[in-house]
Amino acid sequence: MRPGRLGIALPAAAAAALALAAPASAAPRVAKPRVFTIEIRNMKFAPPPAGLRVGDQILWVNHDMFRHTATAADHSFDVDLQAGQSGRIVLRKPGAIAFTCKFHPGMKGVLTVGK
Amino acid sequence: MIRKILAGGAAALVACAAVPAIAAAINDAQIAHIAYTAGQIDIAAGKQALARSHNKAVRAFAEEMVRDHGAVNKQALALVTKLHVTPQDNPTSQGLSRQAAATLARLGKLSGAAFDRAYVQNEVKYHGIVNGALRDTLIPNASNGELKSLLQTGLTLFTEHQKHAEQLASQLH
Repeated sequence: MRPGRLGIALPAAAAAALALAAPASAAPRVAKPRVFTIEIRNMKFAPPPAGLRVGDQILWVNHDMFRHTATAADHSFDVDLQAGQSGRIVLRKPGAIAFTCKFHPGMKGVLTVGK
Repeated sequence: MIRKILAGGAAALVACAAVPAIAAAINDAQIAHIAYTAGQIDIAAGKQALARSHNKAVRAFAEEMVRDHGAVNKQALALVTKLHVTPQDNPTSQGLSRQAAATLARLGKLSGAAFDRAYVQNEVKYHGIVNGALRDTLIPNASNGELKSLLQTGLTLFTEHQKHAEQLASQLH
């Protein structure tokens, strides 16, 4: 749900190397991807965030003691989420994307993705 | 009250008829034993399916049962250890185990699609029975808050299992 900080995932050395590779004035300004978290607790997906756009990332965090998946009905993503683990996807297309857990069919939601 | 646990199927009712009228005074040690036994029964059924079925969807479901019920029972063991509670065997657990043994024997004579259908149909029925017991008897009678919470998690999970089994059963016909 909350915007994440993907930038810190870059190793510091890699970030420094990138910075040194070109003069600051010539470096392309690439927008930092927005990361939204959807947590799973007690066999439920948290409500999907509003305002999603193509290029945003979803970080799925499974707090349950059970293995789950986040599986799109249109097959655009299928994330295996072991107990206590997380997984990430990038939203590649706009539209309403229904998703469920393959193992627990009552767990479901819809991502609404704008352009 | 305990009779509700086994209600839902002629064979289960036969087993229930052999259960003395203990119902009203069920305690946490007995509740923990019943819940753990119910999970172990479904793990055994899942392992039988993994040994006998070649159907990909059935095998995936069986793996899920072994994995999920194993996770709940691991938590249950940790909880009773923490609470210094020794799960107490009781006629309801014994009735469930007798019934499960009969089912394992019956399904053990089947193979192929006949086994797959019988296993999944039994899973639908069994989860319905266990969920009814959790909802109507075990959860309302649990005294310890952590035990009650774990039972509620179990009910949520097993309800999902029942839906999954129903989905699978409809695909096997």
